Amino acid sequence: MKYALPIAAGYFPVAVSFGLTAVSAGLDGWLAVLMSLIVFAGASQFVGAGMFGMGVGGWEIVLTTFVLNFRHFLMSSSLSRRLPEATTKSQSALAAFGVTDETFAVASMSGEEKLTPSYLYGLNFTAYSAWASGTFVGVMAGSILSDTLKQSLTFGLYALFIGLLVPELKRTRPAVTAALCSMAVSGALYFQPFFELGSGWMIVGATIAGAFAAAVLHGEENEQA
Amino acid sequence: MSKLNIIILMALVTYIPRMLPMVFLKNMRLAPWLNRFLRFIPYASLGALIFPGALFSVTPPLAAAGGIITSAVLAFMGRSLIAVFASGVMAVYILLLII
Repeated sequence: MKYALPIAAGYFPVAVSFGLTAVSAGLDGWLAVLMSLIVFAGASQFVGAGMFGMGVGGWEIVLTTFVLNFRHFLMSSSLSRRLPEATTKSQSALAAFGVTDETFAVASMSGEEKLTPSYLYGLNFTAYSAWASGTFVGVMAGSILSDTLKQSLTFGLYALFIGLLVPELKRTRPAVTAALCSMAVSGALYFQPFFELGSGWMIVGATIAGAFAAAVLHGEENEQA
Repeated sequence: MSKLNIIILMALVTYIPRMLPMVFLKNMRLAPWLNRFLRFIPYASLGALIFPGALFSVTPPLAAAGGIITSAVLAFMGRSLIAVFASGVMAVYILLLII
C-alpha cells in the first residue's frame, strides 16, 4: 500500500478540484461522483465535464474520451507482460480497471520482476479511494460557493490543462510539436467562417492532427514508450 | 442521449482499451509510428483543449487571459498542479471582480 500513498496524496486535491469544477460547469453532483466511480480517468473526466458545460453532443464526448484514454491500451499491453503466468482472466480484468498514467508509472518502475494481482489491487484501490472521496468533497464544497467564484472555477479546468501540459513542453520536443500543431488546427477550425463544427469534433480533429504531425516529424529519435 | 448514458458509455470506452491487452493480448507489439502517435495524443489533446477554449471559458476573455498567463508562468516555474490550479482560479476571480 505504501507505494501508492504519493499517488493518493496527489489524486485527492485534484479530485476535489474536479468535483468543484464539474459542479461549476453545471453537472449534477451525483453524476460527477458517478463519473469518478466508473470512469476513473483524470484528464478525460475534466474534459467530459467541460464538454457537458459547453452543451456538446453525447457522441462527441464519448469519442473524445475514447481518443484520450486509448493510450492506456499501450500501458496495459506493457503491464500484461509482467503478470505472473498463473494470473486468471478475471484477475487481469479487475486489475485493468485501475490502469492510469500514475499507477502505470509506479507499477512499471517497481523493482519487482513480476507484478502480482494483489500488488496491483493494493495500488489501484488506494488511488481509486482517494479519487472517489476527493470528488465527493469537491462536489459538497461546490454547492455552497458564490456565482463569481463558480465562474472562476470553470477556468480551473483550463488551469489544470495548462499545469499538465507546460512541464511536458519543457521536457520533450515532440510535446511542443504536438501541442502547437493541435492548437493551430483547433484555432483555425474555431475561427474559420465556412462551416459550423461542434467544439467536440474540433478537439478530436485537432488532437489527431497534432499527434500525427508529431509522430511524422519526430521519427526514430525516441522509441521507448 | 441522457447525461447518465453518456457517462456509462465514457466508462465503457475507457475500460475496454485498459482491459483488452491485459486479458487477451499478452505479447502484442505495435508498429513504432503507431506507438509514437498514441504517445503524443495526450499533448495534442491538451493543446486543442487549451486553445481557443480557455480564452472563452469566462467572460470577458481578458479575465481568462490573465488566468492563462498566471497558470502558464507558475507551471513553467515547476510549481505543483494544485498551486497552478489555485493561482489561475484566484487570478480570474480577482479580474472578474475588478473588470
